[in-house]
Amino acid sequence: MALDEAGLTPKDVDGLVKFSLENTMEVEIVRNMGIPNLAYFSDVAYGGGAGCGAVGHAAMAIATGVAETVVVWRARNRGSGGRPWATRASNKQPGEMQWFLPFGLSRPVDQIAMLTRRHMIEYGTTAEHLGHVAISVREHATRNPNAMMRKSMTMEDYLNVRMVSEPLRLYDCCLESDGALALVLTTPDRAASLKQPSVLVRAASQGIGPDHLVMANYFTPNPLDTPARYAAQELYRLAGMGPEDIDCAQFYDAFSPLIVISLEEYGFCKPGEGGPYAAEGNLKLGGALPSNTSGSSLSEAYVHGMNLILEGVRQLRGTSTSQVHDCENVLVTSGNGVPTSSLILRKP
Amino acid sequence: MSSQPLRPVPGPDDASEPFWEACARHEFLLQYCGACGAVRFPPRPMCPACNSFDSEWRPASGRGRIWSWVIAHPPVLPAFADRTPYNVIVVELDEGVRMIGNLLDVPNDQIAEGMEVEIAWEDVEDGVSLPAWRPAS
Repeated sequence: MALDEAGLTPKDVDGLVKFSLENTMEVEIVRNMGIPNLAYFSDVAYGGGAGCGAVGHAAMAIATGVAETVVVWRARNRGSGGRPWATRASNKQPGEMQWFLPFGLSRPVDQIAMLTRRHMIEYGTTAEHLGHVAISVREHATRNPNAMMRKSMTMEDYLNVRMVSEPLRLYDCCLESDGALALVLTTPDRAASLKQPSVLVRAASQGIGPDHLVMANYFTPNPLDTPARYAAQELYRLAGMGPEDIDCAQFYDAFSPLIVISLEEYGFCKPGEGGPYAAEGNLKLGGALPSNTSGSSLSEAYVHGMNLILEGVRQLRGTSTSQVHDCENVLVTSGNGVPTSSLILRKP
Repeated sequence: MSSQPLRPVPGPDDASEPFWEACARHEFLLQYCGACGAVRFPPRPMCPACNSFDSEWRPASGRGRIWSWVIAHPPVLPAFADRTPYNVIVVELDEGVRMIGNLLDVPNDQIAEGMEVEIAWEDVEDGVSLPAWRPAS
């Protein structure tokens, strides 16, 4: 479908970049789609942290001439499929899970709730701050016919919904969705002759930072410094831009507090001010930084953040259902709290 | 006969085995670099400060403060279902490292940041004891 939309066929594809978590190997795609040769294939690990990094790998392969047309995809049955942390054969927990699961800190929501509580302790972030994040995102979803959650949400709705892992409520959590998305990347010259308006990758970065684990890490000197701080520094350096140049952002939002932390780490406000920044309405259309304009993981669908990248593309093509006026540069981020990545997309 | 799902327990590796073996004896040890003396947690083969593979295990104070906590509500792993809502805390030890655990004997609404705690033990399986925490005496 993505190739059709671009006016290309599988015969044009010579590169694939996938999430390491993908179940489908490149050879299966090649065999089923009739791709003549893959000159470049790679994958990026760390779940939701991977998406923007995968696009970065594709862009580097194209920029260096290793490949010309690369497809990046994510396909997942998270709604109907199992929970990876709930189906282990033995009750012995290997690797870093040995420090988490025996104590019942098992779900991603528990891991992020722990960081959220610390953010509240250090900076005075409140439930209402998180509520403003969830409500802003939902407001965008009400205009997106493809969003799964389109009913508008009040602060009362938010505060009264059940707790999942205090301090986080149900509406702080992303949806559980089945979904599949793909992006087609090619050279700017070739893109200019295709069916859709092209969008450029201005910069892509990845980051892990010191002493990190696969999941949320409470063991570093300052756990509220997540890998996103490192990805952000590299991203702005590579782009020759700063946060002031960004017209619109699509922040990875498996949980609402990740938007708060990202606002700080990507430099839109000081550490600790992400909650008040959201409460002032800055994330809404017409605010200082319209963010997550499709409804994103919290209200559109959760496909490991790949839908955030698609929404970034729509903003630059002028086809978002919450279109930002004169949108030139879009920031897209992947999962934070885990090894992460980010992108700046721009108009040609 | 129990149909109660087994509680997840640590799966020790080469680096963590001394820690869990000591826990089974209700001894609380931390890993230090054998060359530069830096403490590190979770345990690992190499010192990130000086890259030495030498390490030693020393008795730890077993005292610290609550750094953060969560209260888990359903749905949770089956092994924890009958405990909900239950706490999980992160303790900052006097030695400066942090560790995940459970706080015993304190109602959920009385858990507070900075609360002084000391080590307790939960014997969860034959030969497996987990460090747990209770208010410092």
